[in-house]
Amino acid sequence: MTPGNIEDMTATVPRPSPVRPALSALRDRAWRLAELVTTPLLPADYLDMVSPLRAGADLRGRIVAVQPETRDAATLVIRPGADWQRHVPGQWVRIGVDVDGVRMWRAYSLTSQLDRPDGCISITVKAIPGGKVSNHLVHRTTPGTLVHLDQAAGEFVLPSPLPAKALFVTAGSGITPVMGILRNYPELSDSRADTVVVHSAPTADDVVFGSELRVLAADGRIRLVEQHTDTAGLLDPAGLAALVPDLAERATWACGPVGLLEALEEHWAAAGIADRLFTERFRPTVVVAGEGGTVTFTGTGTTLEADGATPILDAAESAGVLVPSGCRMGICYGCVLPLREGAVRDLRTGEVTTAVPGDGVLVQTCISAAAGACSIDH
Amino acid sequence: MTVLQKKDVNPIEHLAPEDVELIGKELDEIRQGVIDTRGEADARYIRRVIDVHRKIELGSRAVLLASGFPPAWVLGTIGLSVAKILENMEIGHNILHGQWDWMRDPKIHSTTWEWDMASPAEQWKHSHNELHHTYTNVVGKDNDLGYGIMRVDEDQPWQPWHLGQPLWSFVNACFFEYGIAAYDLELAGNLATKERRSNPQFRADARAVLRKIGRQVRKDYLVHPLLSGPNFLSTLAANFVANLVRNLWSNSVILCGHFPEGVETFEKKSIDGETRGEWYLRQMLGSANISGSAAMHVMTGNLSHQIEHHLFPDLPSNRYAQIAPKIRDLFDRYGLNYHTAPLPKQVASAWHKIIRLSLPNGWLEKTNRRNLPSQLVTLYRVTTGKPKVRRRLLKEMAAA
Repeated sequence: MTPGNIEDMTATVPRPSPVRPALSALRDRAWRLAELVTTPLLPADYLDMVSPLRAGADLRGRIVAVQPETRDAATLVIRPGADWQRHVPGQWVRIGVDVDGVRMWRAYSLTSQLDRPDGCISITVKAIPGGKVSNHLVHRTTPGTLVHLDQAAGEFVLPSPLPAKALFVTAGSGITPVMGILRNYPELSDSRADTVVVHSAPTADDVVFGSELRVLAADGRIRLVEQHTDTAGLLDPAGLAALVPDLAERATWACGPVGLLEALEEHWAAAGIADRLFTERFRPTVVVAGEGGTVTFTGTGTTLEADGATPILDAAESAGVLVPSGCRMGICYGCVLPLREGAVRDLRTGEVTTAVPGDGVLVQTCISAAAGACSIDH
Repeated sequence: MTVLQKKDVNPIEHLAPEDVELIGKELDEIRQGVIDTRGEADARYIRRVIDVHRKIELGSRAVLLASGFPPAWVLGTIGLSVAKILENMEIGHNILHGQWDWMRDPKIHSTTWEWDMASPAEQWKHSHNELHHTYTNVVGKDNDLGYGIMRVDEDQPWQPWHLGQPLWSFVNACFFEYGIAAYDLELAGNLATKERRSNPQFRADARAVLRKIGRQVRKDYLVHPLLSGPNFLSTLAANFVANLVRNLWSNSVILCGHFPEGVETFEKKSIDGETRGEWYLRQMLGSANISGSAAMHVMTGNLSHQIEHHLFPDLPSNRYAQIAPKIRDLFDRYGLNYHTAPLPKQVASAWHKIIRLSLPNGWLEKTNRRNLPSQLVTLYRVTTGKPKVRRRLLKEMAAA
């Protein structure tokens, strides 16, 4: 999530009453006094040692339970910090977790019921093959672990009033935001509702929330169609139209792999009902590392082509971009800049560093070459 | 010492250029070995050190609230000294080197860290990481060679004012953090001319240093003493002593890194077109280690492994001890001197050099009880003589 989102959210907080400014001014003064005591550290550095989830702290959460869902998916119940704002069902949250000592951020859909009595939220994570963070979260996370959070975000939410006839098309972990929605809108699964869930997974055992969905279906509260792709093949728009003949009359929410979503979008557009389809790409960017590429400096707007052997620092300087520099040999860290997104290669080790927006990865430009398109905040 | 290039016996004469590149390759492999295995245990280490530091500091400051009670004063002062040493050495110095940047934790990162020290992190990173670590021990380029106030190499020309250097080296050691701040600011040079004094960059840097010093002084000499109420003065004294201990300690450790006798220095032109292997070799010969216990290594911020640190300034400090045997083996195989000794010996050696080089080249070596009077007369003449006389006498002393 970008800082812009956070500002948008705080902008909706109601204006404080006249008593509040006086109180908060007093608190600010007390805080500044505390800073005199703790400098060069901040009072927060000490408070974090005992109370990392307090109001005013960087937003964090503590994992209180890890509940297996399938052999490769688990739900993480998290007690969020005091400043957590209520999410809207269907939204996701970015979570920062230390994997092998390295802070990594990923976004996962919220699957919990709003306002749980214990104040916790939950995300459901499916381990993807080779996925560092997802495998860590599903298989190696223990209760008690402190994680870092952003406020919830995302547009994959229901309108008000709710649609009379809804269709949810999901594949794999794409079911997670939909489960977050179904659990929070009982109206979607009561006797008057007409809700269809089409879910695609390799086998019946791989269906995340399988038993919960099947209970809803058995009670006649939703219509559930499971497509087990190991036997029935991949879900496509034609197959979907056969399974749900009245889909044109429905408002549809789809979440799953990019290929499926693109096929659905084409199909809906061809039928002239593109405005009735809402999609969520849960893995929007996959960074593929190559040799050299286009380097964009987001601050100055400069774009340049750099080959795979030239340090970004040199490439920037030859293009007239004024960037910080130091030893030019990778030891002084005077040249680090944030890699907003893309991939760079360490010219000494060949190690590739990738980033997607929000990762906040800093790279040493003097020993990093472009490994594909990348943008650098400067 | 004399720059390596002018020595009668060149300690690297036996190395062919290919050898130097092979050394470089081996060192790159050692570095890669650490990077490949860097992970959770390392992250746990630095977080634990930070946690321990904060607890010791909090505990000591709390004890010092009762600093009027002598045992509390002693305990609190010891604790605070240890905390300040840990904070500067194993935590601050190493984080500011970017040793922990790989964790991507914005709270433990070279770009965000600030330390309990007069010099602001930003300025120190420039003079230390960029200048000192790149141009290590190159006379005329590495200002750490004497910090501009000491003569620590035969090739730095002797001036009469150097006679006082043992004294102000000691004063500098006592107020080391301010010395470092002035040094990072290049204070002497920047105050020298009107033009440099009015340089906006210098003025901004100077303001930043003054702000930082203001906050530091206010904390140790006003806020915490005030918090101790009736024990104001005794807490102030405790904080002063803790800063003094920390300054003397870090000064000693830093003297040991590059100043002991036998550590090599280099000519300016010797680094033109320097290869990676040659750069590594210069770091190997230009640094000295301190031998000792694990506690000693932590309290020196692992600068007791100065050689390893200078080869790999951005590897996590907890790994230096682990790679040290491999580095030592490499020195042995290539017939190089791995300079290591216990702290008292290295400190004594560094101070011996400070005293020896406060005098003209050759003076101390040739002085004995018998010729002392005549040597003193020569010293008087060289100190008070006109430049021409001085040059002649210096030449004679060095030659004889």
